[in-house]
Amino acid sequence: MLLEITFIILKILLIIFPLMIFIAYLTYFERKVIGAIQLRKGPNVVGPFGLLQPIADGIKLLTKETIFPQNSNKFIFAFSPILTFALALLSWAVIPVDYKLVLSDINVGIMYIFAISSLGIYGIIMAGWSSNSRYAFLGALRSAAQMISYEVSIGLIIISILLTAGSLNLSEIVLSQQNYWYAIPHFPMFVIFFISTLAETNRAPFDLPEAESELVAGYNVEYSSMTFGLFFLGEYGNMILMSAMTTILFLGGWLPPFDNDFFNLIPGYIWFLLKVSFLLFVFLWVRATLPRYRYDQLMSLGWKLFLPLSLFWIIITSVILFYLK
Amino acid sequence: MTKKENYTLNFGPQHPAAHGVLRLVLELDGEVVERADPHIGLLHRGTEKLIESKTYVQALPYFDRLDYVSPMCQEHAYALAVEKLLNVEVPIRGQYIRVMFSEITRILNHILNITTFALDVGAMTPFLWLFEEREVLMEFYERVSGSRLHSAYFRPGGVHRDLPDGLIDDISRFCERFPKHIDDLERLIEENRIFKQRSVGIGKISQQDALNWGFTGPCLRATGLNWDLRKNQPYDCYEKINFKIPTGSSGDCFERFLVRVEEMRQSLSIIQQCVKQMPEGICISDDPRIVPPKRADMKNSMESLINHFKLFTEGFHVPVGETYFAVEAPKGEFGVYLIADGSNKPYRCKIRAPGFSLLQATEYISKGHMLSDLVAIIGSLDIVFGEIDR
Repeated sequence: MLLEITFIILKILLIIFPLMIFIAYLTYFERKVIGAIQLRKGPNVVGPFGLLQPIADGIKLLTKETIFPQNSNKFIFAFSPILTFALALLSWAVIPVDYKLVLSDINVGIMYIFAISSLGIYGIIMAGWSSNSRYAFLGALRSAAQMISYEVSIGLIIISILLTAGSLNLSEIVLSQQNYWYAIPHFPMFVIFFISTLAETNRAPFDLPEAESELVAGYNVEYSSMTFGLFFLGEYGNMILMSAMTTILFLGGWLPPFDNDFFNLIPGYIWFLLKVSFLLFVFLWVRATLPRYRYDQLMSLGWKLFLPLSLFWIIITSVILFYLK
Repeated sequence: MTKKENYTLNFGPQHPAAHGVLRLVLELDGEVVERADPHIGLLHRGTEKLIESKTYVQALPYFDRLDYVSPMCQEHAYALAVEKLLNVEVPIRGQYIRVMFSEITRILNHILNITTFALDVGAMTPFLWLFEEREVLMEFYERVSGSRLHSAYFRPGGVHRDLPDGLIDDISRFCERFPKHIDDLERLIEENRIFKQRSVGIGKISQQDALNWGFTGPCLRATGLNWDLRKNQPYDCYEKINFKIPTGSSGDCFERFLVRVEEMRQSLSIIQQCVKQMPEGICISDDPRIVPPKRADMKNSMESLINHFKLFTEGFHVPVGETYFAVEAPKGEFGVYLIADGSNKPYRCKIRAPGFSLLQATEYISKGHMLSDLVAIIGSLDIVFGEIDR
């Protein structure tokens, strides 16, 4: 019994540690990529090629003072970043990084992820409300509306995939893509799903909740030091998670692009990592290129375009699947 | 039903989109702006009053500090006003240098405005792309005057000193290179759908309203009125130069953006013509009443030394009179109203800042728009607080 628990804890740590390092270096990667696009160098002072920059940032955040605004609700104020961060980590329990390389291979994996990522909104709403600041509150409201709207279209797109794969288990969804990745038959949905993940993770061009030119920093404007750090880690964790989801649902998870000996030599988790990194690169590329949507434009894009399209796609998918049987 | 209360938001003065220290008290209905009440005065330094206790030459550097992103155009207005009172003729070369640097200033200003406008609607890359080039322009400033921002280069009667060696070549090289950067900017955001959604039809103002609110400069021209002081009341050597005045039609944020981009191209053409046409000769009037003697003369001539001493202690006296002189600064009509009482200091110096009129229309333009649009509107009006608060 004790051995089992120790084993599980060890497995959890084995997921969390690489993930934390990945998050830390995602920030480095982001600064380098955007720096290159903007004709800058990016971090290059701390350590060789600035490689120690994320660590320096972490130390800085940890040693700063945590400020609680006077009229804030202290408990909720402190709790919401913890919640956001914890939720960003929780979903990783069911993400298969390679064949059989998953903490718990549950049958309803995709429902689990969907449930957890829907909870993410609470962290932001609570942060916005408890800081008792108008900017934070406005940011939180925007964020709530945005995440809920885009979750609907994400949910509908997932249904199309589920119909094609015939399973709710993430590993089986990946395995059913052995002949072709779902990005090919479901290409329009792949695009919409990717855009929705941008909105879901509050990234540019949908970074309205923290729109710095309007709301300064949105829901986390009152946060400092590690409370801010946890939001930050949560946001980047969610980016990685959403890219992992896109990889599993559309890009064949850990499967190599072609089933030949050379590609099979490379282990599956490397393929997985490469695909996730590519998607993350697109995240950053989009951030450096596009202006920000306005609140109502974002809503109309979600409800008037993505929702009908993804609903329509479900019908097409099910009709085709029905006649193929 | 309970009474709905509006959400009051204190926008600024320390806010990244406030372009300085603008404080707006916003009343929001959800995200829709019901009322935007600009509060000014947070950067008030009493420039106009300070000028009254300075000699005419000492007053000049204050004009750099008004609209601190287009310093030389304001020096130009002041220098022209003083010249008008003194009735001094500026040598041709001096005129060309001043016009050339006024246009460099225009590009400086428009780069800042266009890119921060893009930044306000969320596109951050143009800012970093064009600031690379803006730095080059600032180096031109530094080479003629010794400082990047507050140049204090123009003088009543001409410019402080002639261009250093090689500067002309570097400026014409810049003019050849820069259109490519404008193209890059246009490719990146002008056809971008999100950028268009954020700016087309946003912050519209009709031509009549624009005139009523006292608009000048690109914001007025975006409504379709072809009014530019460089053409309508030419000063210095603008008459001898060919250039077009870009105008828009609808007067929204996007048109203002387009007008500014086109103005940058026209400014480049003006600079190129200045480089070509610029004659040799002196660059500041040789009138010993207002212009200090050459250093070399002072070594040999007692009169020159005394003259120099008098000019730098007492300054020159300006005959009794009053004048208003306006130039086309990058933001619009920048005017200086000077009253001289015959002494060595201006009796009164009233400054007409274009940004002030633009700011007062903020509420009118932004009513009924969303919060994000308000940010775009402030960005596209081109407000700089140095000149509004004087």
